[in-house]
Amino acid sequence: MTPHLLEADSLSKTYPLPGGGSHQAAADVTFTVPPGGALGIVGESGSGKTTVARMLVGLVRPDHGTIAVAGRAREPRPPRGRAARLARAREIQMVFQDPYVSLDPRLTATQCLRTALRLHDRGEAEAAELLDRVGLGPREADARPRDLSGGQRQRLAIARALAVDPRILVLDEAVAALDVSIQAQILQLLAEIRAETGVALVFVSHDLAVVRHVTDEVLVMRRGKVVERGATARVLASPDDPYTRLLLASVPTEGWDPTDTARTPLPPP
Amino acid sequence: MSENRPRSTPAPAAAPPAEALLEIVDLTLRLPGAARPVLDSVSLTVAPGEVVALVGESGSGKSTTAKAALGLFPAGAVASGSVRFDGTEVLGLTGERLRAHRADGVALVHQDPRAALNPVRRVGDFLVERGAGRAEAVELLASVGLPDPQRRVRQRPHEMSGGMLQRVVIAGALAARPRLLLADEATSALDVTTQADILALLRTLRAEHGLGLLFITHDLHLAAAYSDRVYVMYAGRVVESRTASALFTAPAHPYTRGLLTCSPTLGDTLTPLRPIPGRPPSLSDTFPGCPFVERCAEAEPTCETWSPRPVPLPDGGAAACAFVNAEPGLSPVFTAVGNRPAGRDRWAQTQADGADADEVNHA
Ligand code: SF4
Repeated sequence: MTPHLLEADSLSKTYPLPGGGSHQAAADVTFTVPPGGALGIVGESGSGKTTVARMLVGLVRPDHGTIAVAGRAREPRPPRGRAARLARAREIQMVFQDPYVSLDPRLTATQCLRTALRLHDRGEAEAAELLDRVGLGPREADARPRDLSGGQRQRLAIARALAVDPRILVLDEAVAALDVSIQAQILQLLAEIRAETGVALVFVSHDLAVVRHVTDEVLVMRRGKVVERGATARVLASPDDPYTRLLLASVPTEGWDPTDTARTPLPPP
Repeated sequence: MSENRPRSTPAPAAAPPAEALLEIVDLTLRLPGAARPVLDSVSLTVAPGEVVALVGESGSGKSTTAKAALGLFPAGAVASGSVRFDGTEVLGLTGERLRAHRADGVALVHQDPRAALNPVRRVGDFLVERGAGRAEAVELLASVGLPDPQRRVRQRPHEMSGGMLQRVVIAGALAARPRLLLADEATSALDVTTQADILALLRTLRAEHGLGLLFITHDLHLAAAYSDRVYVMYAGRVVESRTASALFTAPAHPYTRGLLTCSPTLGDTLTPLRPIPGRPPSLSDTFPGCPFVERCAEAEPTCETWSPRPVPLPDGGAAACAFVNAEPGLSPVFTAVGNRPAGRDRWAQTQADGADADEVNHA
């Protein structure tokens, strides 16, 4: 039996609502990812998929539940000590929908990568290799984030995550804001990087077709709960859960009639 | 007079077909400081009750085209060509007449409903401002599928979800009884199930009110699935205009084909994505010839200087590519560029291989 690279067990998070009451953003979410695997987490707004992604990287602290990477539990808080912190960063890196979040606006692309490499005791000379790897040329190497196009910024954010040499990349709607032709380039880049480095992907997205192309397995979430899981090809070709069926029926294809979707009955959660 | 006109004479732009609700002819829009026109010879029509999609990536000019239908142009823009709504030229309209056109002929629904709504005012007031009576406001909310409309009219925007607010904005658009609805990425920010609901609603409204719908989107699959006809834009030009089904089955322009093969799908077999290299051009990029040449897998040296123009296709559509197969009997595409018939060579070659014209389009 292959050991799991990533194990998330019973992750739960409830937020208090203003004026009393509470909102359960994630309820007992459990999954594993094998080394080099690719897991999709799909759902609509309010499904909890982003909460799960943020719990994985430590941006949100779960109420209960555990996360382990290669059999080692991840503490909810960043550990003390430089070596421990760096080791934790090398477990999981995250790429956001808006790459501005993770990029220092004052640094050029090269400076950004050198900083990350230096922090992780890797040779700064690797910056050029990383830029080349993500398809950024000499002109972009000297540009600051605001002077890059959206696709180029996302390439830089991916390069910056790779500079840490992580075992797992969590991507939260990382291609959602890009033009279709650029989105395809980034998806291809991710597939190449996965094949070359063996990094595992957790790909969080609202877009079923994109998830179909990127992932091996998928979780479908609705209102904080996992409603269906399995091999991506199986789940998206013959879904068991009525909600997954509704999601699929909502995707426009040839001969599509949105009225059919609107009529599809859905049991209450 | 028009009845006796020889068939070969092109219809003058001043006489649009009687059935067109919106007719844009050769619209060119220049902005001070931009190296190329924002819109370059854009022509399109929308008939009453027709759903027409305008598809493109960022910078293609699709939103600018939609705004032009409203008589809205960027500051400092110089426009030429013609934008006719129901027979009235919109381009020269000013003052009261322009306001009247915007108020009752055409309505625009944006991507972000919150931007259209005043956060401190009640939803009912929003509808009344747009000409609905109090009772009618409730009816309008019911007609766009909002449950409990009596209560909704008294609510404020923060009390509703994005999907509900987009229904409110559509209700507001309908309050003025428009004949043309412009939906500019109106469902792009919504969840897929909500998008399907809103699109179903727009389809019903079109049937009930005979609305023409110009549907602006970045999503080619959505455009082809939802519309009667599709215009694909690139770098300020219309590069292909087809019926939706022809676009799916036999896209003629290399850019359209590229968009289709780089968009992920949910089909049974997983076809690998083939990205289009490079990126959509900005307003500082200029093109002596075909604007797609740098990204086109089928480009030939001729394309660098070929002035793009719509080449009519046998099925009634058109594509602005030097190598599409023109409607038989029309003048060869290459007469204007001198004698570099590379495209016709390729055409002849394929014919010799026994393929038919449609298959050439798939190649
Ligand atoms: S004219 Fe040439 S470059 Fe332009 S789309 Fe056609 S083949 Fe490609």
